[in-house]
Amino acid sequence: MEKLLEIVGLKTHFFLDNGVVPAIDGLDFWIGRGETVGVVGESGSGKSVTALSIMGVVPNPPGKTVEGEILFEGSDLLAYDAEQMRRIRGKEIAMILQDPMTSLNPVFTIGNQIAEVFMLHGGKSHPEAIEGAIEMLQVVGIPNPEKRVHEYPHQLSGGMRQRVMIAMALSCTPKLLIADEPTTALDVTIQAQTLALMASLKDRYKMAIMLITHNLGIVAEMCQRVVVMYAGKMMEEAEVESLFANPMHPYTRGLLRSLPGVDRKERRHQRLVAIPGIVPNLLNLPKGCRFSTRCEEHIGICKEEEPPLFARDRHRVRCWLMKD
Amino acid sequence: MEQEALLRVTGLKKYFPVGKGDLFKPKEMVHAVDDVSFEIKKGETLGLVGESGCGKSTLGMTLLRLTEPTAGQIWFEGKEVTRLSKGEMRSLRRQMQIIFQDPYASLNNRMTCESIVGEPLSIHKLYTGRERRERVAYLLGKVGLGAEHGKRYPHEFSGGQRQRIAIARALAMNPKLIVADEPVSALDVSIQAQVINLLEDLQNEFDLTYLFISHDLYVVEHISDRVAVMYLGQIVEIAPKDELYSSPIHPYTEALLTAAPVPDPTAKRKRVLLTGDVPSPIHLPSGCRYHERCQRRQVDCLDGVPELVFVNKDHAVRCRHF
Amino acid sequence: MDIDQPIRHVDAVAFQFSRIKKRIFRKKYLKIYVGGSIFLALLFASLLAPIIAPHDPAKLDLTLKLLRAFESEDFILGTDNLGRDLLSRIIYGSRISLLIGVVSVLFAATLGALLGAISAYFGKYVDELIMKVVEIFLAFPFLLLSIVIMAFLGPGLTNIIIALVLSRWVQFCRLVRGEVLSIKGRDHVVAAKALGAKDMYIIVRHILPYTMPSLIVMCTFEVALVIIYESSLSFLGLGVPASVPTWGTMLAEGRTYMMAAPWLSVFPGLAIFVTVLGINLLGDGLRDVLDPRMRGR
Repeated sequence: MEKLLEIVGLKTHFFLDNGVVPAIDGLDFWIGRGETVGVVGESGSGKSVTALSIMGVVPNPPGKTVEGEILFEGSDLLAYDAEQMRRIRGKEIAMILQDPMTSLNPVFTIGNQIAEVFMLHGGKSHPEAIEGAIEMLQVVGIPNPEKRVHEYPHQLSGGMRQRVMIAMALSCTPKLLIADEPTTALDVTIQAQTLALMASLKDRYKMAIMLITHNLGIVAEMCQRVVVMYAGKMMEEAEVESLFANPMHPYTRGLLRSLPGVDRKERRHQRLVAIPGIVPNLLNLPKGCRFSTRCEEHIGICKEEEPPLFARDRHRVRCWLMKD
Repeated sequence: MEQEALLRVTGLKKYFPVGKGDLFKPKEMVHAVDDVSFEIKKGETLGLVGESGCGKSTLGMTLLRLTEPTAGQIWFEGKEVTRLSKGEMRSLRRQMQIIFQDPYASLNNRMTCESIVGEPLSIHKLYTGRERRERVAYLLGKVGLGAEHGKRYPHEFSGGQRQRIAIARALAMNPKLIVADEPVSALDVSIQAQVINLLEDLQNEFDLTYLFISHDLYVVEHISDRVAVMYLGQIVEIAPKDELYSSPIHPYTEALLTAAPVPDPTAKRKRVLLTGDVPSPIHLPSGCRYHERCQRRQVDCLDGVPELVFVNKDHAVRCRHF
Repeated sequence: MDIDQPIRHVDAVAFQFSRIKKRIFRKKYLKIYVGGSIFLALLFASLLAPIIAPHDPAKLDLTLKLLRAFESEDFILGTDNLGRDLLSRIIYGSRISLLIGVVSVLFAATLGALLGAISAYFGKYVDELIMKVVEIFLAFPFLLLSIVIMAFLGPGLTNIIIALVLSRWVQFCRLVRGEVLSIKGRDHVVAAKALGAKDMYIIVRHILPYTMPSLIVMCTFEVALVIIYESSLSFLGLGVPASVPTWGTMLAEGRTYMMAAPWLSVFPGLAIFVTVLGINLLGDGLRDVLDPRMRGR
């Protein structure tokens, strides 16, 4: 598959009063054209900062991308100046966020907000842009788009607002859509609608999606490949069937085991297998592997040296157990 | 074996006024809980699922009279809770406790962990001095926290640990019933399992009864004995867990169950995709409240709200067509 | 830091001491130190006024009137139109001004915060009633209200404090009511209710501490206001007798000579400014330290 986006050795750190937080600490992965890649992790894993780094909108200060390359269609986004980046954002790479209420401006009609994208990147006039907005609302399945286009965000339900966000993101037919927890704020039935919409639009626009989520169910449903992150590093990367069938990193295994309802067919009431302990403080990471403090399979070297990525059966795994 | 009901609720209603009405415009009401009846047996866990705004949290609060019900009765161990005076209610609170969703909001961040857990004891003047300290240490131990945590403030704990503190506080007075309102929804996946296991262990050890409120169908399935499904302020289906998950009767239950994404990429999905949003709880749809979104809608669905009908001894459903 | 470890008594004392030492010499206490020193200095100045003041503040000497500041060694800050030493008058003035400023704001804040919290917490009729009273107080301009109160009570220090408390508590009440309306629905308050706590316990323990930050900021503003209001009352002959110097009256008198003798109003003004700054810093610092989230930063 042709690589659309490739991230090489990315490090984004936050420089705080009480130390440096390595939110992303050396990240390598790629997304192919038209591919959906899931990025999973718990809070503090760095999954959202990855999205911000790609878009070049890490809050600075205190954050800064200190190392690495973000290659988009072969050219390094980190070398772009502000104006070049502005032309990429929204047009080539678009983003939707978790909370559609705070990401829409409450004082403009949704039509004007979508039209703005057309005017910024498409160079269209206002009436043309409003036409475009109506068309986009139709695409994302909002009933009565001619009427809705004149409404304000607060007049729409949460699910409708997320559709408006998707419409805005897709209005310039980006090649890559970054979706950061797009359905976390929505109810299950609305989540199902939104995911179905995203899947159909992906086929229609032939775009790639980087889907950031903590919900492994969504990953299983939507993605072709998965990147599992933990405390700023990628722990495992594999194709989705293979990852769920044969998780190789103890963390991935732990995550899958801790889900209620996975072994549903057995219908036995058994205790959940929890991962013990808590996520380490990024200011004070343990020596060696950062999962070693919670890992039940750790061996001597785990607490001494940080494992590199090992390639095995089309998985890439950051674990010493995969060494041979 | 027929067990007595620890909690019995009949015809419970809670309406909230919205805005201020005036002489010419009557006040509009949010029908947050509208004619809910059920019971929970001693030692069992009743799961309560539904989407946001369906009234499940309000129901939990109303059960403990943290908001006063508009109508209906609540019976706890044969006592009518809804008739108790303020003082009687205060002492009954030792028996019924609540755990909230957001462990960042539910603890007073100006108190140490120790004083938070010990607060119920001092409110009810249960233990003093050394005994209280021992009790607090015991409770912290029970929820997996150490004595060294006692002097710390909530902001020094992670979300999961804070939820443990909240659980210890709820346990302090040996309650019989705990209403757990989305207790794991704000937690990371790997921490969720820890807290669920803890809740189950405590239930076994202290013979607790839970009303477990959640939007997460898998979590509810795991922890509950019976499950009630709420939609727009009403229970639309209530049944033992296995029965509800394997053969749901109400079309909404069916849609809800199939909507949750399965963490298994090889699973074949036959999803009932609902159209539209949950209607406003202010201007309720006429007839069956679900008919606008229902995949099996028929003409007579518009003829008034259907009753909650028992299909068998334990399985009731609010739908005319089954 | 291991708290489990059994610590021998001597060690424990040494440990505690080192901890206290470490805590004291931290940057975040700077505000408290600076603010506290200013406040303490003012307090001492007012208590020890007869000792440290170079002259009798009431002694007239028209031969020495309107001496410029910093020109005479004897009268460092100059003299006023009646030849009284400005420095001595400022030092003596601190007695009344500080007393009135601090005491009336403390009382007004306590009264206002309690009523505001009760009003918001209980809502319904209680709220209606308290808010109606607040509106009545607000309907009268401050001076009119104070004049009416003073007319009833007669002049005097206690009465002026009562008048100021009665006219300023409303501001605190409205502020706290607004804050409590949003705090009372928070989970930790509901949790306390679920534990069976009584209403006043919840208000004092779980609600009022959360209003402290804004309350403290408001207090520091109010101290300055009250010091100036006192002068208005004294100016009208309703306050303390004219012979007793206060910063407010000095400021008011100095205004007449603003062009000819600016020092007459500048120095009392500066005194008020420094007082407010000190109280402000102290309040700010205390707020940070009292908030456990800021600890250990």
